[in-house]
Amino acid sequence: MTDASDPMAEIRASFFIECEELLEAMQDGLQTIDDGEWDNETINVVFRAVHSIKGGAGAFGLESLVRFAHRYETVMDSVRSGTMNVDNDLLKLFFRCADHLSDLVRCARDGLDSPEEQGKSLVGELDASIGLTGDEVEEPEEEIEFQPMGLSLDLGLDLPDMAASLDLPQFEIEFAPAAELFDTGNEPFQILKALRDLGECEIECVTDKLVSLEQLSAETPYLYWKVTLSANVDPAEVASVFEFVDGLCTLKIEALSVSEGAAELETDATLEDLPPPLPTVADEPIVQAEKVETKDPVVTRSASQAKAPGAAAAKSVVRVDLDRIERLVNLVGELVINQAMLSQSLESAGLSPHSDAMNGLEEFQRLTRDIQDSVMMIRAQPVKSLFQRMSRIVRESSAAVSKDVRLETEGENTEVDKTVIERLADPLTHMIRNAVDHGLETTQEREAAGKSSQGIVRLSAAHRSGRVVIEVSDDGGGINRPKVQEIAIKKGLIPADSVLTDTEVDNLLFLPGFSTAASVSDLSGRGVGMDVVRTSIQALGGRITITSQEGVGTTFSISLPLTLAVLDGMVVQVAEETLVLPLNVVVETLTLTQDNLDQVRPGLDVVRVRGAFVPLFDLGVSLGYREKKDDYTDSVVLLIAHEDGSRAALIVDEIQDQRQVVIKGLDDSFYRAPGIAAATILGDGQIALILDPSDIIANAQDPSLTKFAS
Amino acid sequence: MSGKVLTIDDSQSVRQMISMTLGNSGFTVDEACDGAEGYDKATTGSYNAILTDLNMPNMNGLDFIKKFREHPSSRGVPIIFLSTESDEESKREAKSAGAIGWIIKPFDQAQLLAVVKKVAGA
Repeated sequence: MTDASDPMAEIRASFFIECEELLEAMQDGLQTIDDGEWDNETINVVFRAVHSIKGGAGAFGLESLVRFAHRYETVMDSVRSGTMNVDNDLLKLFFRCADHLSDLVRCARDGLDSPEEQGKSLVGELDASIGLTGDEVEEPEEEIEFQPMGLSLDLGLDLPDMAASLDLPQFEIEFAPAAELFDTGNEPFQILKALRDLGECEIECVTDKLVSLEQLSAETPYLYWKVTLSANVDPAEVASVFEFVDGLCTLKIEALSVSEGAAELETDATLEDLPPPLPTVADEPIVQAEKVETKDPVVTRSASQAKAPGAAAAKSVVRVDLDRIERLVNLVGELVINQAMLSQSLESAGLSPHSDAMNGLEEFQRLTRDIQDSVMMIRAQPVKSLFQRMSRIVRESSAAVSKDVRLETEGENTEVDKTVIERLADPLTHMIRNAVDHGLETTQEREAAGKSSQGIVRLSAAHRSGRVVIEVSDDGGGINRPKVQEIAIKKGLIPADSVLTDTEVDNLLFLPGFSTAASVSDLSGRGVGMDVVRTSIQALGGRITITSQEGVGTTFSISLPLTLAVLDGMVVQVAEETLVLPLNVVVETLTLTQDNLDQVRPGLDVVRVRGAFVPLFDLGVSLGYREKKDDYTDSVVLLIAHEDGSRAALIVDEIQDQRQVVIKGLDDSFYRAPGIAAATILGDGQIALILDPSDIIANAQDPSLTKFAS
Repeated sequence: MSGKVLTIDDSQSVRQMISMTLGNSGFTVDEACDGAEGYDKATTGSYNAILTDLNMPNMNGLDFIKKFREHPSSRGVPIIFLSTESDEESKREAKSAGAIGWIIKPFDQAQLLAVVKKVAGA
């Protein structure tokens, strides 16, 4: 977090935020070039991004960042100026440089050591691409020194030996401004003052060119100055005082105290053209800026300029500290709870539904909901940044296994809660690596199968019925199910005689300790399996499913709640406990009768729903609240739908309500109990656990865990 | 010391840095995030100096200088361009468009202040 008392820390923080935007713009631009739909402005956007990062980095003394950005920018500049063409190899190099630049930015931000080796090899490649060998590479320090660079006036001086003179060096300066000097906003007073700062000055304003009043032209300078400067400075320093007015004045600088070769500098000889000056205007030669209201401030913006990312949006965006948003979200959560409590007490007070109080309550509920939605929208961010990170993963992982892979993305602008985005990065990275490593065939295999040699990994995001669905798919060979089953049997994950459906086989991939790679590659074989991916997704309140078709490819589909903060829940009563189930998994409720209750084998009860058998579990038993009952007739059953379309039924004692609940995470001091997702505070102030039905059912189905089978 | 300075830069951190540096020395600093916004402000406000970046989206610094110099209210207003571009070409272009001088980014605060004082008065 930034230290508010230190303005530099604040600026530094906003520089790094800016860097993220610039890096995104750079990635975007490179991607556009890769897609072949680019123009000069695209190149310029990438260039500008690198350039701005370099500029800012320099101001904060982030030297390794400046050095690398400088080299990168140099090559980009060759492309921009048209002296170099972008071919595939160069583009790949640009992508890798972009990745490295991101690394450097993050290292600088987090105060880590930057990956020098990687940088060196990239710099080598960059230099090579513009035909430089290691020896002739100029040192960038020269160009990026922390100096306001002056105009380099070629003084052509044969400098006098100052040490020879015991007195201070003396300069005689004659300075006559031309009209243009004032047009550009220069001010002779400031220049004379700068001379005085160098040393002792005798300044004489010469008025001999002044004209009579009737001949006087308001915009013509008539005055000039003669200055005798005694200062222990070299002539270049004296000349540097005039660096901004070069060409806008007549200037003579003469170093005195030198017998021969008096150094003299002359620039434009405009002085001679001037009419004779007039003394009365001596102090105010500046043409006053006229106060003219602009009549046409509208600036036409060309289409290509409009493409510049973030430019137009910049004015309408306010950066807000995430802490403040968190606070707002929490407060809105409290508001929702408070509103629920109020509703409950008003209802129990037996007020008429048409009373003013109840009408007001209704309005209050609606407003609360609107406020909540709006607050959630603040936290929502497009998944674009996440997707961009994945394109890097594809580049790196495909290079590691020597496959030609292209990442296609869709729905980049789909908005998801910021926290969800952050916590999706790791599981997605793993899934992308898996897709490249295991999902896609080798180039030879692809060609043999008559496919294009370039494999495609697709990443898409979309909103679907109140949830976000993110899919990672490949156009590889599909899951080799016999092999998967064979491995699972070999590893003792399933009995040797198991007969499994395709979906069940696919789901074996999520079992802990499962790995299909015959040899562990350094890519995905990092001890992190799909089970970890599934756990992370579940921790976000999401689910992951697989579909796969032999020879066509595999799709992993992640379904996530839009927000982590609230949930539409069903409040149920089980064994005297009040529990909440996410409403979106409950597809139907029914009552058990002698007719629809059945047992297919001991320990596995089912309920018949329109001819189909659905496995049945007692929620109270699953959670360990009670022993299995003898008679479940007239019990209430919730039909739960899984992501893969399969269903299960949960027995509860009573359905109490359907309402929105605020999710309160269970902190780390609680043991992660299977089937418990979080907690909430109900309207009456009671704390209730929020359940993860899929987890409960998965546990109940596992004979080693279920208590129902006893 | 007082004076009004306009800083035009697409980078917020650069604008912040300039505002802070000059603000601490008594200047009033207005900000614009591109040439177009800069032009709107420059032509309606009256500034003792204008600092502009060159490479910006939505009207670059060079176009800003040219356009602004066509406007009567630009008379007598010094423009300093602020850029990482150290090549002579862009300096020459910017200067002939009507800028009086330049500062090479990255700049240090003392140097920025010195240059602004030099043109805007102390």
